[in-house]
Amino acid sequence: MSGDAREIPLVAAPADGAAACLHCGTALPEGAGGNYCCAGCEAAARVIREAGLFDYYRRRVLDPDAPAPRSQAAPGIDLNRHVRAIGEGRHGIELVVDGLHCAACVWLIETLLRRDPRVRHARLNVSTRRLSIAWDGAPELARELVGRVTLLGYRAVPYTADNAARLEEREERALLRALAVAGFAAGNVMLLSIAVWSGHGGEMGQATRDLLHWVSALIALPALAYAGQPFFRSALQALRAGRTNMDVPVSIGVLLAAAISLSEVARSGPHAYFDSAITLVFFLLLGRYLERRARGRARSAARHLLALSGGIASRIGADGAAEPVDPAELRPGDRLMVAAGERIAADGTVLAGRSSVDASLVTGESLPQPVAPGTRTFAGMVNLSSPIELRVDAAGTGTLLAEIVRLLEAAEQGNARHVALADRVARAYAPVVHVLALLTFAGWLAAGAGPHMAVLIAATVLIITCPCALALAVPAVQVVVSGALYRRGILVKSPTALERLAEVDTVVFDKTGTLTLGRPELIASDGWSREDLELGAALAANSRHPLSRALHRAAPYVAPVTGTVEHPGEGLAWRGQAGTVRLGSRRFCGIGEPGDDEALEIWLARPDRSAPVRFTFVDPVRPDARETLAELSRRGYRIALLSGDREPVARAVASALGIAAWQAGLTPADKCRLLDDLARAGRRTLMAGDGLNDAPALAAGHASISPASAADVTQTAADAIFQGDRLRPVVAILDLAQRAQRLVWQNLALALAYNAIAIPLAVLGHVTPLLAAIAMSGSSLLVIANAMRGGRSAPS
Amino acid sequence: MSGLLYLIPIALFLGLLGLAGFLWAMRSGQFDDLDGAGSRILFDEDSSDRKGSEKE
Repeated sequence: MSGDAREIPLVAAPADGAAACLHCGTALPEGAGGNYCCAGCEAAARVIREAGLFDYYRRRVLDPDAPAPRSQAAPGIDLNRHVRAIGEGRHGIELVVDGLHCAACVWLIETLLRRDPRVRHARLNVSTRRLSIAWDGAPELARELVGRVTLLGYRAVPYTADNAARLEEREERALLRALAVAGFAAGNVMLLSIAVWSGHGGEMGQATRDLLHWVSALIALPALAYAGQPFFRSALQALRAGRTNMDVPVSIGVLLAAAISLSEVARSGPHAYFDSAITLVFFLLLGRYLERRARGRARSAARHLLALSGGIASRIGADGAAEPVDPAELRPGDRLMVAAGERIAADGTVLAGRSSVDASLVTGESLPQPVAPGTRTFAGMVNLSSPIELRVDAAGTGTLLAEIVRLLEAAEQGNARHVALADRVARAYAPVVHVLALLTFAGWLAAGAGPHMAVLIAATVLIITCPCALALAVPAVQVVVSGALYRRGILVKSPTALERLAEVDTVVFDKTGTLTLGRPELIASDGWSREDLELGAALAANSRHPLSRALHRAAPYVAPVTGTVEHPGEGLAWRGQAGTVRLGSRRFCGIGEPGDDEALEIWLARPDRSAPVRFTFVDPVRPDARETLAELSRRGYRIALLSGDREPVARAVASALGIAAWQAGLTPADKCRLLDDLARAGRRTLMAGDGLNDAPALAAGHASISPASAADVTQTAADAIFQGDRLRPVVAILDLAQRAQRLVWQNLALALAYNAIAIPLAVLGHVTPLLAAIAMSGSSLLVIANAMRGGRSAPS
Repeated sequence: MSGLLYLIPIALFLGLLGLAGFLWAMRSGQFDDLDGAGSRILFDEDSSDRKGSEKE
């Protein structure tokens, strides 16, 4: 294939015969010329065409809910800091990539990068969404390579694993290794044991049995010493702290079983419990590994969300030049330059410049706020119209962030009291088991059995009561349910979150960004024509103001005009053929002072028309908010709305959604106090919120959830994060949490029923190694099978 | 029964071989991207490398 123009295969034939964008398949509005719906699609398609990677269109599977990636500007981040040297003249970088749809995206990115002769290695890990690139040449090449990926429409930001993440990864690997060793040993010892058991009829000579026992010991003892370490360590830690946990009976049981078996084998006894001990360790490791993996995946996904939302700050150096720095490196007193459209990285005071900021993440306020020299600004606000200079004063204890962190810590301390169900069971279970074993020993001794036989029987009690099924009961359910939630875009971060969610009886929502989408949308025509919209969109494309962006979103195929002048807090002016066109506030367009209805609006004044036209916007409630809330009340949950926004806005949303209990104009401390009041009244609350101002309230609630668009502090505080525009995940997570809790109770009941049958047998000395193996494996498999039911899709 | 004397070591050796294979696969990162491995098999490298795109 040569580089000449070749038709790009049509993506999808539009059903109604209208033209569709050749790149993303969105239906083109009538009369909008060209083959693409917007400049972003056109640019992405050009890159693909020039690289000759048409196969992408053949291979991909488009998700109708998530449009194809559109070209984006390269991130304004200093990539060099994240580049590391590998060998002479070779450099590499790790990135998190957002916007992947299917395997074709992976193929496209990897192939495009590998086409470059300097690139030595490019691999995208689909599970973790991490892209690692290595190339021969200067570290500065990173910008060009990453730029190519963003030009295709994917977002890519550098990924730096923090120590906690690295430690978790290492622990997970160690656990998997231990699991492999235990699995190998369990399989082989079990094979030998089956031979021994089938020989108990008398066909097997004693020498052969001893040989098989010794081989079992040879396999099982080193494997136990290696694979049992996670339990021994945890049990030791608990004992040192004067507590007891599930690992104490496990460790004692396993060690005792090994010791007794060894002494039995040494004196040519008929019974050895090596198979029970190692199978037990294998099953327990399986539970622990699955549990860690489910949690680790949700946590690493949450970390990636944060990496994608994190930005970069431009610090003004001593020489007056701006240098890009990591927001974490900022110190009080630093001077910051914040360009239009950038997120403010630290709390500060405006030194120079006038602009407006979007404070919705910080305060919940939906309208942009004007700022001028002297105004306090907070980390998380977005500068909208023109550059401002800030002095950082984040160290002051009076800053909002410091206040939020303080409230957050106080609220989290309250929540740390929740003890996981499994731990509560273990606390009660461990002493009972130990006492039981001791009584058995004493009882057999008193009944006249020899000390050796008494110890042997006491040990079988410990082995048979080893909480194998009990230890699997909770993690197996958690793994299955959090996996099911993960597939629906819900990340469960906290290990006890499902338990707490199942107890919830009241759901408290924040407004902006939680019940609503947190971004304004144009209301269908009230007096403007398509021509007005296109002209307005062409001007608006030059501005980062949320209303301008909303206007451009309504007509994304319009190319921006050049030469607009932005008046911060007022509007945009553009000198066209017929005269100056103005797009902005009432006053800016010469219609007089704003009314007091406080609607989200911009006006378009055209020299060739007499009266300006008005575009009105709303921050729409999430598309399924109404039915979701109805669904929740039908299930008996009480619903409340706590908003930091002004009263009329909160009232409008509350009445639109039929929420009776609502309060507006609340500070973060107010929200915490109200949640505490609810808790004192005996209510278990689920707090759903997205703003920085909600973070303490999230920690104060019995359980918490936030959308993936939330501020990073908020995501950190939340127990679970849901992705996408829909509110439905809130119902899904509550449903699945309840189902999980039911399954956990069933599993605990199964495990206890098993014990009720097995313990008397063991105490009476009837448990042979064969019986122990069947009972233990059987109960574990039963519990796992029951847990699998949690993954089935919810009946809707 | 003397067959056991060499059959058991052989069985153990084979088992250990499997264990070693698993540990090697783990160390070389083959369990790092289980979701990707399933779809990668569908990429035909013929049309994705430089030579292949000329041919097309």
